[in-house]
Amino acid sequence: MIDIIEKANKEALEIIQNGQPTLIGLGVAGEVIPGMAKDLFLHAGPPITWEKMSGPLKGGVMAGLMYEGLASTPEEAAEYAASGKLRFEPCHHHDAVGPMAGIVTPRMPVWILENTAYGNRAYCTLNEGLGKVLRMGAYGPEVIKHLQWMESVLYPVLKETIEIHGPIDLKTMIAQAVQMGDEAHNRNKAATSLLIREIAPSILKTSFSNEDKISVLEFLNSNDHTFLNLSMPAAKATLEPVGKVKYSTIVYTMARNGTEFGIRVGGLGNRWFTAPAEIIDGLFFPGFTKEDANPDVGDSCITETLGIGGFSMATAPAIVQFVGGTPKDAVRYTTSMYEITTEESKAYKLPPLNFRGSPTGIDIRKVIETQVLPIINTGIAHKDPGVGQVGAGIVRPPMACFEQALEAFVNLLEDKGLLED
Amino acid sequence: MSVNDLFKQELKVVNLGLKSFYSDLKSQGVTTVQVNWKPKAGGKKNMLSLLSKINKVKQS
Repeated sequence: MIDIIEKANKEALEIIQNGQPTLIGLGVAGEVIPGMAKDLFLHAGPPITWEKMSGPLKGGVMAGLMYEGLASTPEEAAEYAASGKLRFEPCHHHDAVGPMAGIVTPRMPVWILENTAYGNRAYCTLNEGLGKVLRMGAYGPEVIKHLQWMESVLYPVLKETIEIHGPIDLKTMIAQAVQMGDEAHNRNKAATSLLIREIAPSILKTSFSNEDKISVLEFLNSNDHTFLNLSMPAAKATLEPVGKVKYSTIVYTMARNGTEFGIRVGGLGNRWFTAPAEIIDGLFFPGFTKEDANPDVGDSCITETLGIGGFSMATAPAIVQFVGGTPKDAVRYTTSMYEITTEESKAYKLPPLNFRGSPTGIDIRKVIETQVLPIINTGIAHKDPGVGQVGAGIVRPPMACFEQALEAFVNLLEDKGLLED
Repeated sequence: MSVNDLFKQELKVVNLGLKSFYSDLKSQGVTTVQVNWKPKAGGKKNMLSLLSKINKVKQS
């Protein structure tokens, strides 16, 4: 006999271990994302209104409005966003995830993934590269021009490429990458290389001009974060079915909107538990300091929720040059995550820990009991709209999210009469 | 081994709790490690109460 929570968590971990995230194609957000509409923009993290959005989210929305042709200047865009003509909903409510601001507009091209073990899908935009980009809240003319190139050249070439190539098993690709020094959140150098190696022949077989094919290959190769927008939906597709496992205490979402951090727990369904997002401890680009930093933002910590990203930093010692700390710290971060997780991944094995599986299945009970919070490595956006990325670092969620979730869980059990007297 | 015998040889100390004991020993050249330990739920009474309740969940 096991208790109903242990039974539910066993099911949740089976779902996570058996998930098969697979890249099946590309499409346009407005046509393929469930519930997407012309007057709807998606954003990272838990629900938020325009008034409460932080700088990077506002900047991303403004860039999105100019990209969609609904505004021609930043001022017009801000006015439009505040007018009530546009609705805002979390990516996570539409089977999607978005890095940093996570803005998804109807015209944007997206990767389409399917968890072939459970039949659910996940969507994510294509990564724009580093620097002045929409996801970091930048909205200058160069940002919009680059998004237009992505729509008119990158997207059609990659769409035809995947049609020619056929589905790509991303679980195996991520498993290989974590044995090559990636942790699949802020270091995606190996996975991006593996992806290019896999699809390059199919890119050459497409019907586009050599000029277009070369520009696509050059862009993919120039951007080590290309694969981030695949590792994120891979994690989302793997974890999403956990949201339907009644009485599971396993976390299946962690996400931030730049103002609040939110978590969702299997047995508590779609309910968010939120608290103010933390300021990130990190390394800043020349000319920027902690004073410039926006609080934690983005859906990218879905990778940590799966047990990769910061949870697997031991396998990616080189990442400390980007997010701070030492390789010894990276090992310490990973080993401490076994304190709050339920199993070790059967797929994602970490060579520096004698091929131990990554820490998998965050249990809210363990977080509260040990007071050890999940570790997240992340980019840092400027707090003002229009600037962009200013650094990268390490952050943890607020404990209050887990405390609220535990209280709600106990209340649920009490209401259902499932606690012994 | 008696306690007195223990103090006749080199001490290697594992310290649990207040870090100042670890720091004092270290400053005297004693081999020592500090265990990264916190009381359950950080000693927060409301959280301890919730953990106690959730541990009484019924069998399936």
